[in-house]
Amino acid sequence: MSKSKDAVTKISKTPLHDEHLSLGATMVSFAGFDMPLQYQGIVEEHLATRESVGIFDVSHMATLRIRGEGSWQFLQHILANDLEKIENIGAAQYSLLLDEDGHIIDDLIVYNTGAEFMLIVNASNAQTDFDWMIQHCPDDVEIFDESERTAIIAVQGPEALEVIAELAEEDDWDPPKRFHLAPLTMVGGANMLVARTGYTGEDGVELIMHREDAVAVWRVLMSFENVNPIGLGARDTLRLEMGYHLYGNDMDRSRNPIEAGLGWVCPKTKTGYIGAEAVAKARDEGCKEKLAYLKITGGIPREGYPVLDVEKEIGTIASGSHSPSLGVGIATVYLPRKFAVEGTKLQIGIRKRRAEAEVVKPPFYKK
Amino acid sequence: MASPTDRKYSTDHEWVLVDGDVATIGITKYAADQLGSIVFVELPEEGESFGSEDAYGEVESVKSVSELLLPVGGEVVAINQALEDAPETVNDDPYGEGWLVRVRLDNKGDLDELIDGAAYDASLA
Repeated sequence: MSKSKDAVTKISKTPLHDEHLSLGATMVSFAGFDMPLQYQGIVEEHLATRESVGIFDVSHMATLRIRGEGSWQFLQHILANDLEKIENIGAAQYSLLLDEDGHIIDDLIVYNTGAEFMLIVNASNAQTDFDWMIQHCPDDVEIFDESERTAIIAVQGPEALEVIAELAEEDDWDPPKRFHLAPLTMVGGANMLVARTGYTGEDGVELIMHREDAVAVWRVLMSFENVNPIGLGARDTLRLEMGYHLYGNDMDRSRNPIEAGLGWVCPKTKTGYIGAEAVAKARDEGCKEKLAYLKITGGIPREGYPVLDVEKEIGTIASGSHSPSLGVGIATVYLPRKFAVEGTKLQIGIRKRRAEAEVVKPPFYKK
Repeated sequence: MASPTDRKYSTDHEWVLVDGDVATIGITKYAADQLGSIVFVELPEEGESFGSEDAYGEVESVKSVSELLLPVGGEVVAINQALEDAPETVNDDPYGEGWLVRVRLDNKGDLDELIDGAAYDASLA
């Protein structure tokens, strides 16, 4: 069912919009926000994140907070992953919101902050997610969309944690463990949550703070010599090198977690959540197609390019890019299962040309 | 910085350096900077012929594909094969080592359509 909606043309700005402009960023419209695509260049920014520290304005992502006595049961019912695994306060997990057919509504990270659960979801799906959750929400649960009051800055790279330790007012501030969060008060007084999560494959954190503190935090981060601002362009190449999924490209409302290679997010031991039966069926019976990872030489794969087996089209590129770390083309594609096998040799149609592709195991980039 | 004055330019941001009846073609520094890091260059085969303003190849940055439009018509007599392994040369040295193709001019009159460095620079301002 869909409600009719007025065409939305409003472009939102994150609290860091002026910072991006003053850094000379090339801006791009993304999920209704005017966001930085790049500052110095995608390749430079990508490599800087792999080698030192990159900071990313990801304030466009939506922050939902779930409160009330029934929160745990509610989330356990609507999310595919098992909340038993994040019983400890401060723990976080990657999860999926599925519909009854087991199709993916969104992917997200859920944090157990103790007092409540916090969900960080894709900007492009925020309204859909919120409506879906309200629709399934029992009386003893409250859902708050705090996106407009929240800013998020990702700090990623091998030297990221050293920078964060410097930010802390406390001398002996300990970073949270991986996939955990901890509070931090910055020199100067800004309070934030430090989540040891990210979308780059590097060690690092995501800083979740009040919107009005964002500029001060960003400027302090930028004052470190080894810190570089990173745009959405490099954010995409970094995540693709790791084989991390991007909603809308690598999965959508027509795909289930099994074909998307996200079976690990839907533990077999958990039943009774929305979509559980469909996932179990897909797991038992297998799917026609599976998301495969391609390494390409002699050209750069782009979304929508055909993937060929001896001139017969068997799929179209879902995500594709040049890999700055590896210097080759990398891509994802849904393929009939018999082709989605490591070592399979295929071709990519790049206009009139053909480039050689091979199915490989993710991640593309290994430290 | 002023564009080199030893050659001519198209408003599509290509430069043409003429030596006898052969023209060396590349893209301007402005174009290279706008594209960002160039990660792939697709060039024609030697011996192929193109008319003026025909698409003869492509340059790709991480996020974009741009067609190359030949500013002068003619037969391709050389391509810069070094770009296959080092496409970033186009960014690093757009007016020198980053040249793209050499073309034997069909019609020297094509050159009259082009502008000089000062006029090109003025077109960017």
